[in-house]
Amino acid sequence: MDMVNLTIDGVQVSVPSTYTVLEAAREAGIKIPTLCYLKDLNQIGACRVCLVEVEKARALAAACVQPVAEGMVVHTNSPKVRATRKNTLEMILSDHNIDCLSCIRNGNCELQSLAEEYGIRKVTFNGIKSSSIIDDKSFSIVRDSSKCVKCGRCVAACKKQSVGVLSFLNRGFETSVGPAYDISMADAPCIYCGQCIVSCPVGALYEKEETEKVWDAINDPSKHVVMQVAPAVRAAIGEEFGLPIGTRATGKMFAAMRRLGVDKVFDTNFAADLTIMEEGTELLNRIKNGGVLPMITSCSPGWIRFCEFYFPEFIPNLSSCKSPHEMEGALIKTYYAQKNNIDPKDIVVVSVMPCTSKKTEAAREQLVNKDGLKDVDIVITTRELARMIKQAGLNFNNLPDEGPDPDFMGEYTGAGVIFGATGGVMEAALRTVADILEDKDLPDIEYKAVRGVENDIKEATVTLGGKDIKVAVAHSTAAARELLTKIKNGEANDYAFIEVMGCSGGCVCGGGQPIVKAQDLMDIDLRAERAKALYEEDAIMPQRKSHKNSQVMKLYEDFLGEPNGHLAHELLHTTYAQKEIYPENLVK
Amino acid sequence: MSIIKLTPEEQATKLEAVLSKYRGQGQKALMATLQQSQEIYGYLPLDVQKKVADALEVSVAEVYGVVSFYSFFSLKPKGENAFSVCLGTACYVKGSQALLDKIESSLGIKVGDCTEDLKFSISACRCVGACGLAPVVLVNDEVYGRLKPEDIPGIIAKYKEEA
Repeated sequence: MDMVNLTIDGVQVSVPSTYTVLEAAREAGIKIPTLCYLKDLNQIGACRVCLVEVEKARALAAACVQPVAEGMVVHTNSPKVRATRKNTLEMILSDHNIDCLSCIRNGNCELQSLAEEYGIRKVTFNGIKSSSIIDDKSFSIVRDSSKCVKCGRCVAACKKQSVGVLSFLNRGFETSVGPAYDISMADAPCIYCGQCIVSCPVGALYEKEETEKVWDAINDPSKHVVMQVAPAVRAAIGEEFGLPIGTRATGKMFAAMRRLGVDKVFDTNFAADLTIMEEGTELLNRIKNGGVLPMITSCSPGWIRFCEFYFPEFIPNLSSCKSPHEMEGALIKTYYAQKNNIDPKDIVVVSVMPCTSKKTEAAREQLVNKDGLKDVDIVITTRELARMIKQAGLNFNNLPDEGPDPDFMGEYTGAGVIFGATGGVMEAALRTVADILEDKDLPDIEYKAVRGVENDIKEATVTLGGKDIKVAVAHSTAAARELLTKIKNGEANDYAFIEVMGCSGGCVCGGGQPIVKAQDLMDIDLRAERAKALYEEDAIMPQRKSHKNSQVMKLYEDFLGEPNGHLAHELLHTTYAQKEIYPENLVK
Repeated sequence: MSIIKLTPEEQATKLEAVLSKYRGQGQKALMATLQQSQEIYGYLPLDVQKKVADALEVSVAEVYGVVSFYSFFSLKPKGENAFSVCLGTACYVKGSQALLDKIESSLGIKVGDCTEDLKFSISACRCVGACGLAPVVLVNDEVYGRLKPEDIPGIIAKYKEEA
């Protein structure tokens, strides 16, 4: 690789010629502030916060887009640089709704940090503010344009997902960010993956908060509150309490949830194991009976919406299995209610998810049971759970390690845990399907070919029951689009089974997870760090195959009957429907 | 730009021809496609933007972003008789704002809009290169110069008769 030598703040550095000044400075241990910059996603030099002085250059340069050059001499901290950055920040603040104390991003806002770092003590410019709206019509995402700094990070994230509902609208002072015609996110073909939220440096995009609803349910003595938690939450929630990225916080997470005062705490992993039983059986039946193949997983509601909007011709390929937390909810209101003699009407199921799309999923009309009860009543994100823990005054890091409640639905296997990372559902399914077809307890259970984040689409050929089967794993909806387009064009038609997760890296990097600052994302691959925590948990579980979950087996024995049987179908399976993109009646 | 009157079928055929020329070319072909599409329809309704997005494989929001950025693109139909008031410097200092106000009040619509019967629309433009005639109003391709607000009703009446 070509290397170039340059001097930054008197420090000699030698870096690859493809580097920007920002990257070179990072390597030299020099921090250059950023706002619109987001590694690999948004490098457009728009916000002018990363300006540096390059000797002999005509003007200050934006470090995030300035390529390095041999002999370059850079000053990142000259009086001119500091004054200009401060001026730029004051300009940004002049059109920003500065209600930091009541802002959802108070304490985790990149603009707030910059204002602190640059010692902004007053907002010098007091002009007209651009007009703004709060769009809180959707179940998942709120958009407050009064906070927007027009950095374009959300636009880039949405485009990267190949969804592209967010765009810059209009021009000049009227510029805003939103869907076409500035319609609500509720009416746009948005999949609610929330990647815009975790990309936003400020509080312009955030989840529809439902923590108050959970507190109300907990405080209502007539309600029996059951809280379940998805696998990916444990891989990230520690970050909200200052623990290093990649910390597995399973035990403290369960202890904290229990101390919020809910009546029962379960792990959605139980239902992940159940999903494998249902989905595995469905796959085997489809293969045996000439059903629609490839079968595609249905755990990710962002992906489901993507399919319903953009690839409706693949709806018959979707597994009819509900997503795990919906299965768990359906069983809590039937099986668990019966076992405990509780009226299902008095049960409130709260799901803690790494995902914003799950909020909209829980409101789907297909996920209401025959008595008119929703399978899941409230969905909160990992971030919302962290807020509740803080509100309850719990010292998270000092809590003892606990687990889910043991009764009826408390057990889970390693296969359930890895559902939270790309390739995990596939691997979990293969572990069980291989055993069923071979009719043995196979010792090789780690399907490493489907793991990892290096490729957006992973392919593998696995031998199941003496037969070679081709499978694929896609993470991010952009990868799903690429894969499905290939299948549509006849360039890839021999897959039997495909796993799709809507977010890159899988649920561990879902839109409901803790938000990591752009500067902290420069040196790590968040997807890999968080996934490690899940594979670590998988490796230490006494059981690592879903069909070894004794409570799942007991559930079939006592209640459901056979996988894919009549009752299983009624409670654990669902339907999908095509959705129209920007219907004509939406805009005048 | 004169408006060619086409039947909806003719419009659809012409649009298809434009789209097939640029199909799959992405963002870089967006401006050209939108410009040629607007020539066919006189404006860019949602339906046309969706077809453009589909053909170029970009999102509808991205198409709308470009349409709403450039004043050349219009989201509203143009009337059979399109009034265009020059607000360039020379015309403006000679009182073209008063002309625009008068046209708005006479037609009962605002700048950028079109009457419900699609007979009249009003837009504002920058210099048309006829500063010697300031203030200038264009109606379709016809130039009217050295106007006073009291001239406006007569001009409108003329086009109402023709219509």
